[in-house]
Order: sequence, then structure tokens, then C-alpha cells
Amino acid sequence: MYYSIVLVKQVPDTANITGNVMQEDGTVNRAKLPAVFNPEDRVALEMALRVKDQFGGKITAITMGPPRASDMLRECLYMGADQAILISDRKFAGADTLATSYVLAEAVKKIGGYDFIFAGRQAIDGDTAQVGPQTGEKLHLPQITYLEEILKIDGRTVTARRKIEGGYEIVRCTLPVLVTVIKDAVEPRPFSARRVMSHKGAKSLMEIEKMAEGNSLLYVDQLVHEYESRELFIKTLTMDDLKLDPERCGVAGSPTKVYKVESVVLSGGDQEMIEPTKTGLGKLIDKLMEDHILG
Amino acid sequence: MSTMTSDVWVFIEQRYGKPADVSFELLCKGRKLAQGMGGSLKAVVMGDHVDGLVADTFRFGADEAIVIDHPALNQYRTIPYSRILSDLVRTRSPRIVLFGATIIGRDLAPRVASATRSGLTADCTDLQISDVAYLRKDYKNLLLQIRPAFGGNIIATIITPENPVQMATVREGVMEMHPVDNPVAGKVTSIPYIAGPADEIVTIIEQHREENRVNLKAAPIIVAGGYGLGSKGNFKLVYDLAHALGGEVAGSRAAVDAGFVPPERQVGQTGVTVRPKLYIAVGISGAIQHRAGMQESNNIIAINSDPGAPIFGISHYGIVGDATEVIPRFIEVFRNKLK
Repeated sequence: MYYSIVLVKQVPDTANITGNVMQEDGTVNRAKLPAVFNPEDRVALEMALRVKDQFGGKITAITMGPPRASDMLRECLYMGADQAILISDRKFAGADTLATSYVLAEAVKKIGGYDFIFAGRQAIDGDTAQVGPQTGEKLHLPQITYLEEILKIDGRTVTARRKIEGGYEIVRCTLPVLVTVIKDAVEPRPFSARRVMSHKGAKSLMEIEKMAEGNSLLYVDQLVHEYESRELFIKTLTMDDLKLDPERCGVAGSPTKVYKVESVVLSGGDQEMIEPTKTGLGKLIDKLMEDHILG
Repeated sequence: MSTMTSDVWVFIEQRYGKPADVSFELLCKGRKLAQGMGGSLKAVVMGDHVDGLVADTFRFGADEAIVIDHPALNQYRTIPYSRILSDLVRTRSPRIVLFGATIIGRDLAPRVASATRSGLTADCTDLQISDVAYLRKDYKNLLLQIRPAFGGNIIATIITPENPVQMATVREGVMEMHPVDNPVAGKVTSIPYIAGPADEIVTIIEQHREENRVNLKAAPIIVAGGYGLGSKGNFKLVYDLAHALGGEVAGSRAAVDAGFVPPERQVGQTGVTVRPKLYIAVGISGAIQHRAGMQESNNIIAINSDPGAPIFGISHYGIVGDATEVIPRFIEVFRNKLK
């Protein structure tokens, strides 16, 4: 039996930027991008599920994000996670990778008892690949990044293959360990129809509060209790729940700041058009030869 | 707690004692950054028997090498490397620490940044020193960390205004690399290796690596083909043109995905970054991800049947036409000129 915590993130779908998402000034209209389950985090969850399939155990998916990240947590439940936790607080807004890793590490400490922490190598909205290792450091855990395959788990030892430049290496490590997986590691399973039926009603605290707001007969505490008893409560942790230092969260806890953002503008206009004829190409080749670029 | 310095550190990455090019690219850039702040450039060299490596760092302009030489550091492993580097950062307070955005750099840098609570920006494509006014405060000599963001559609400049240490990883191939004109042997500061309790927690059982036989970064002429060529058969024209001109063959991601050209020849954000004297893009539409890997080329020729293709926006010479006609004609005319 192994207990895994999977770090997941909901991201704007930058992989499928189409014309109507681009604004006239060349920047991206974030609002028009759908929010999706970060692809490599889905692979990380699949990896945890395979460990559970083989050895038994339990899987908790956690995310730090806004309330709407519950959509992705429900997808984790549909795939087979036993529990999903939303770590959400207005004070987390604007967090860079350092502040994010602080919050995640504290949440993981509170959950405790884990053998594996799985995460995707990187998220498609920033491609930084930093949050996994930064969280591992705060937990004083060893890490295996760029994991391609778990070869063997034997008692408290895991043997795995990870990608390196131009090849791979096989490493052995004692548990607990933090692992980041690459996209091609395993193919994530589709949602189980049975689990979609049983978990589609799962709700986070914010969603339950919203229900109660619209109906004076409903009380939040009662609802939470009811959802918990039906195992449909997406546990929600705030800054106070985790007893976090506000100076290390959100904007305040983020040493990096975005100073300037520019859209990528094509220089354009200064290129010379060459006729695709022998004469046209001849002139171009002459010029390149004169400049000692060709020949 | 020591006071803030103006020192720029570069982590020198090596595998089997062979240094990664990006480390020298970073020394060249780091030298300029250090000069901009009036600080010195220091190379951090870890490994086993690294004397040769240390000498190399002086050729590329390091003023000082901080060296930890021990058999336990023979191969890169996260914990001993990150533990040692974090301790050094804490005790010696560099102003800037640079890493290659390689698998090793991306494994190591976040651990060190997390341990020392430093700001870290990933995958920078440019670095500059500048005075900055930010939120009504003036900062002297901040590191501008410039990187593509949001799928490459925007360029963001990141700063680390309040933190004593500014860290960044930099993509391989985007900075120029050249030895300094009159290298001087710098100072060598040897730090003894003292084993930590978790150093041996990960064991490397075996490694398989193939040296990349293709060296696109060093090629003065590159002919690259895209999905627009339509078939593997047509892509052969790219090989023909490269052969005629004495260049290397490359491809866009779409061409690699379609199986026209092997992955080690991919240019772009997820491939290699190149800056040859001449880059000929054939049937490449010019998506931002591809442009990011080649737009610094000295001369760019675009051949495309679609006059609206974005590649024309960054090319110096544009040829609108069908590659299956233009390339054979180009080769014929070129061969005639050589006669």
C-alpha cells in the first residue's frame, strides 16, 4: 500500500491558441481561453493511479487555485483519485513559483503520511518546471524529475528511469520521494463512467456557500456535513486553515514581479522580395556570395 | 548575514567532466552583467577532477572559480549539488546566479531558489542590467529577466526588486559564446566537500547517452523545412539544398511530428535555438515557437507558397513560390555560379 499526493493545476489552454483569442495588439485574451487540466499533471495522476492499481493505497489530488479549479478536481475524482483538496484564498493571488511552493509544501505537511508526491514536470501556462522541485526542497525530500517510467517499487525503495540530455538514467531512491513526470511517460486513462456518475455532484466549500446564498432554507454547515457524509465534499483549505505566514503567500511572498509585458510584434516591411525566377535567384545568390555568406 | 555584493555567479554544468556549452554562453553574458554593475564574475564548478573545467572558465572570462572537487560529485545528483550551492549562496551572497535551462539546470535551480528563498525566472532568452522604477521606488542595477510567456505569444520582463539574490535559467544557444581576448588565470577558491546526511539518498544505477551527432548550433548555414512541404519525398529537396550549399538540415516541429526529419534536427522553442549566418526556411509558416529558435539568424530567406505566411515578417529575403520548383532552380543557379 502506498499513499500518493498529486499536485495538479488548472491552466489556460495555451496549447490551442486560435485566431479569435489573439487581440488586435497581438496579445492573448486570457478570458477567451478555456481552463484545462494541465496535461502533464494528468499524466502524474495516471502514474499515481498505476501505483495504486498494483499495490493498493490511496490518492489525494491537491491544487492551489481559484474556486473554479474545482472543475479540474472533479476530473481527478472521475479518473480515480480518492480525495481532492482545493487550497484557495484571495490572499494567494499573484503567487509566483516560490510562494506557490510554500503553500503547497505546508498543505502537504498538514496532509502527511505520504510515500509519493507526483507532479507534472511543468505547466503549459508558464513552462517553468519550478514548483515541483521548490516544493520538494521545502519538504526536504529527494526528487526524481523528468521521470519516464517507474521500473520497480520494492518496500521503501523505488527504481525509475528518467530522461537526461541525449538519453536516460536509471536511479534508485528511498521513499518518500517527489517525482515530476514528462508528458510521454504514460497515457492518462479516460474518466470512468461509474465515477462520473458517483462524483459529478462533488462540491467545494465555495460552491456549497454559493448554493446556500441562493436559498434561505439551506445552511452551509449542514450542507458540508451532508456532502462529507456522502463523500462528495471537496475539502477546501484557506490560509488560516493552514496557519500560513501571509508574508510568504501571494504577491507579498513572491520575489519575482512582472515588470513589463510586450506582445510579439513581427518586424515586417524591411524584407526584400525575390522573384522565383533564374534572374531573381541569381541576384540573391550573387549578393550572398559577395557578403561571403555563400560559396 | 553578509552584505549584498555585485557578484554574478554562473553554475558550470558538466557531464563526465565535459562542460555544457550553455555554461560558457552564460559566462560571456555574465561578464557583461558584472561589468554593468561593477561586480565580478564567478564560476561555480562542482565535480570530480575539474581542473580542466576551471581553466576553461577563465578562458571565458571568469574572475574567480569557486571549486568543490570530490568523487561524490562525479555525476550530478540533486541533493548534494543543491545543498552545497544553497550553502554557498547563503554565506557568500551573490547578486545574480545563472543556470542553463537544461535538465540539470531545471532540476537544480528551483531547489536552490527555494532553499534560499530567492526569486527565480525560468527559460530567459535575454538578460540586461538596468535601473528600474517600480511601484514608485527606484532600484539601481536590477537584472531584467526577459522570457517568452504564454505559449510564446508575449515577451515578459521579470524583475526581482526586493530580494538580495536574483536567479535565472537561460536557454541553450540564445547567448553568444566566445572566449575573451586576453584571458587571465583567475583566483581559485577551493571549498572542501563535507558529506551531508541525504547526499547518497539517490543512487544512479546506469546511464545511457548518445552524443548528439548533429550540431545545428555550430552550423553557419541551415536549411530548414516545414510541414508545408507536404511529404517526406518533397522534404528531400531540403537535404538537396543543404548539401549543395554545405549546410545542415533542420525542421520545424510540425515537420518532425510528421516524420519528415528526425527530432534532433528540430529548431524552435522545444528544439534547438540557432543563430547561423544563413537560415533558409522552406515551407515553414513561421509560428512563434519556431521563430523563437531562429530569429536571431544573420540572414533569413523564406520560401513559401503563401504570401501571407508570418515567416515573411522576420525574413530578410522572401521568395513566394512552390518549393518543388524554387529549390531545384536555386541549386541549379548556385552551381552555375560556382563554375
